[in-house]
Parts: sequence; C-alpha cells; structure tokens
Amino acid sequence: MSDPEATNDGQRFDRLPETAADREVEGRATREEVLDWWDQRFGIPPETFEGYSFWEKGKGKIWILRGDLESPVGVEALGMKFLRTRQEHWKPTMNAVQRFGRGATRNVIELTREQARRFARGETQELEWDGDWGYLVAAHEFAGEPEPLGVGLYIHGELQSPVPKGRQREL
Amino acid sequence: MEQLERYEPLVGEFEAFREACERALPSVVRVNTIEATPERAKAALDEEGVGWDDREWSDTVLELDTTNPGSTWASFHGWIHGQEEVSAIPAEVLDPEPGERVWDACAAPGSKTTQLAALMDDEGLVVANDNNLGRLSALRFNTERLGVTNAAVTNRDARNFSLKPFDFEAFDKALVDVPCSCEGTIRKNPTALDDWSMDHVRSVAGVQKGILRRAVQATRERGTVVYSTCTFAPEENEAVLDHVLREEDCRLVEFDVGLDSRPGITEWDGETYDESVRKAQRFYPHLNDTGGFFCAKLEVGP
Repeated sequence: MSDPEATNDGQRFDRLPETAADREVEGRATREEVLDWWDQRFGIPPETFEGYSFWEKGKGKIWILRGDLESPVGVEALGMKFLRTRQEHWKPTMNAVQRFGRGATRNVIELTREQARRFARGETQELEWDGDWGYLVAAHEFAGEPEPLGVGLYIHGELQSPVPKGRQREL
Repeated sequence: MEQLERYEPLVGEFEAFREACERALPSVVRVNTIEATPERAKAALDEEGVGWDDREWSDTVLELDTTNPGSTWASFHGWIHGQEEVSAIPAEVLDPEPGERVWDACAAPGSKTTQLAALMDDEGLVVANDNNLGRLSALRFNTERLGVTNAAVTNRDARNFSLKPFDFEAFDKALVDVPCSCEGTIRKNPTALDDWSMDHVRSVAGVQKGILRRAVQATRERGTVVYSTCTFAPEENEAVLDHVLREEDCRLVEFDVGLDSRPGITEWDGETYDESVRKAQRFYPHLNDTGGFFCAKLEVGP
C-alpha cells in the first residue's frame, strides 16, 4: 500500500522496499522487481546480489551498495548508480554492466574488436542481431574471455552506444 | 625549484635529489582488483602490446611503457587506473580489511579511495569525503568507473566532520591524505611550485592539524590513522604530527612498505619535535624514482 504522504526525496537515499506489499512511495521500484529485471533481461540470477542493498535518490535512479545502512542516508553518493527506473524501458548503467554483466547469459551481443572500438567511441553501428530489441550487454573477447563493454541499445537494425562522453575512448 | 634548496640539510644526497626532481616520472598504474587480478591485467596488457614491469613492493603497481595508460582496453574496462607510485603508499600502510569502516577524509579525485575499496574486496564501508564540490564529481566518476560499490561520498569540511549520516559511532581506520603545498609532485607537474610561499605552507599546516585531529577523534580506540602528504615541508609533516601527539590520544607506530625511505626529522628551523616522529617516513624522488611523499602511521588510544 502506498502512503499518499510519502514522496521521493531527491536529497537523500531511501532503501528500496522488498516487495510491492512494503512499498510506501508511489512508483518506487522494489528490490524484488530489480532482481527480477536483471534475471529476466540478462539471466543474472538474484543470488548475485545477496549482500547488496538497493537505494533510490533522484527520480528513478537506483543505486547499489555493498552491505546495508539505516535508511534514509543523507550523502552525496552511495555505492554505484545501477539502473534507471520510472520509465517505460528500464536502463542499466554502463558501470553496472561492466561490474555485474560477466554473469549474463541472455541478451549479450558479442562484438568483434573493430565493433568494440566503435562502441567505445560512442558510435551507432548497423549490426545483425536476431535477439530482442532493447538494452543489451555489449561484450568482446578480452584476455581470453568475454568481457562486458557496457550497455548497448539495439533497435531497427542498429546498435547504439550510450557510453557517456567522459568514458568514451579512441582505442 | 629554488624553493627546494631549503631542504638541502635534510636530504643528504642533494644533487641526486635535485636531478630526480628534474626528470619526468615513469608511467605507473594500479591494477584494480575489484575488476581483475594482476595476472589477468598483465595478460590483457600483453594482448594489447603494452609492455609492463612489476614493482617489488606491491603486486598491484605496474610501470607501463606507454605515456597514455588511459587509452588502453584495460583502462576502458576499469582493470587499471593511472596512479603515481608513491600515491599507492598510504592505503597499503592503512591496510584496511574487508568489512571494516574506513574514513577517507580528503578523498577527491579518488585514487586512494578506490584503492582502499579494492584492498577491502569491496566489502565494508569507505566514507569518501571531500570539501570541494568541484572535485567531488571526479571522485564519483572514479569510484563508479572502477566498480566500487562499498563507498559513500560526503561533502563536508573534514575538520568538523559528523558521523550523523551513518548508524555507527566511530571508524576502524582513517586515511588523512591532506591538501598540501605539493612540492613532491614537481616531476608530474613542472608548475607545482609556481604558487609556493611560506605563508601558504603555514596556512595549509593549520588546516592539516585540524583534519588529522578530527580523524583521530573519529577513529575507535586501537584503530589506525594514516597521515600523508606529497610535500617535503616539515611544517606540514613532522610539525603536524607533533601537534596532534600533544593534543589527541594517539601514538606513532612503525611500518614497512618495502620502499626505500628516510625517517621523520626531529629538528627543523629552530623547532624540535617529539622523538617518535622518526617513525614517519620520507620518500624522496631519487630513492625509488618516484614523486616525493611523506607518510606516518598512528594508533589511536593511550
């Protein structure tokens, strides 16, 4: 049940409720939904996130913290920005995909080194992909194993690279 | 560089010191063990054709044969992070354990914060504070780029830092890597001494004393505080330790990082300092072919 008085306060971190039954702030994602989403979208099992807590600060910005703290927490940043909710398609962050995407078994697009270079430059490229459209784990073979580059957006035969400006590189 | 001549009586091999200060630094990175082991990082560098050399004193510090380590795949993946060799000393000396609560009092831009998190296997809590809002974005960028999930970032004056946002009373350990006159960074930044003045040295020393005192107060009994600067000035080094030894409940302890150093000094410019400041270490550029650095380890309590 939502509490009509409770709102999302952009100045502090609030821990996500466990389930919809615990939800007090309208529109706030639950821990269960977040874990389900990573499982459904990328096949990353919920156990991966045992020992982590999830927090919202800013509208729909979900953060992941190793361990837990008493909620709310009035700090500038807590753990890592993890996922964008409160929009039609949830979007993981590049850093979250680099950190947790190694375990992905679904919606992983393997790029050649040249395609990976274009991705790292932030370029959109035309690619064959017969899987789902939407947010993918973009990966390439690196030091002998597939390594996630970040999150890519596949739509209309194109792979877009949402790599933020400050993380784009000429490689 | 003439500012450094005041240290001639301290340094001993002054010509070697001066020559080292005039040379460019080797290109050094730290392997980020949150994302990769040193073995995998080396394999990745081999694959990219980037040469590397081990450092005997640390498994995670590597010298690279490129001047732009940021333009490697290993860096794009957050496996390595450009960090000057001496800058890797204080976190190693603090030696935080997984699960501990650690305060990084002056954390931006985050090289040491991310090193602390890595040494803790990203378990426990690093409270990374900086008073400068502009530098906070670099700190946040680096913690996230390197995959750190156990850090909380705060924006306060470290001298009166409050633990109020958190549900605990004291830290296990604190890293106090204070703003300083940066004389030791001359090899990285040839203009580092352009704004040097004795007034600046005295003014930052006051701030340094306040921050180190607060760190001792905020750390539990038997907890560890590491104090470091990248400068040679005794006013910012031994004199700050001497002050805090008199004002707070703490003592200096010995440490060994496996790099060549000289002991802290007990006399300077007509002043004498507590004998125990000899346990601090001065890292001069010519000793290990690094920048200049000062580091001291304190234990809290009687």
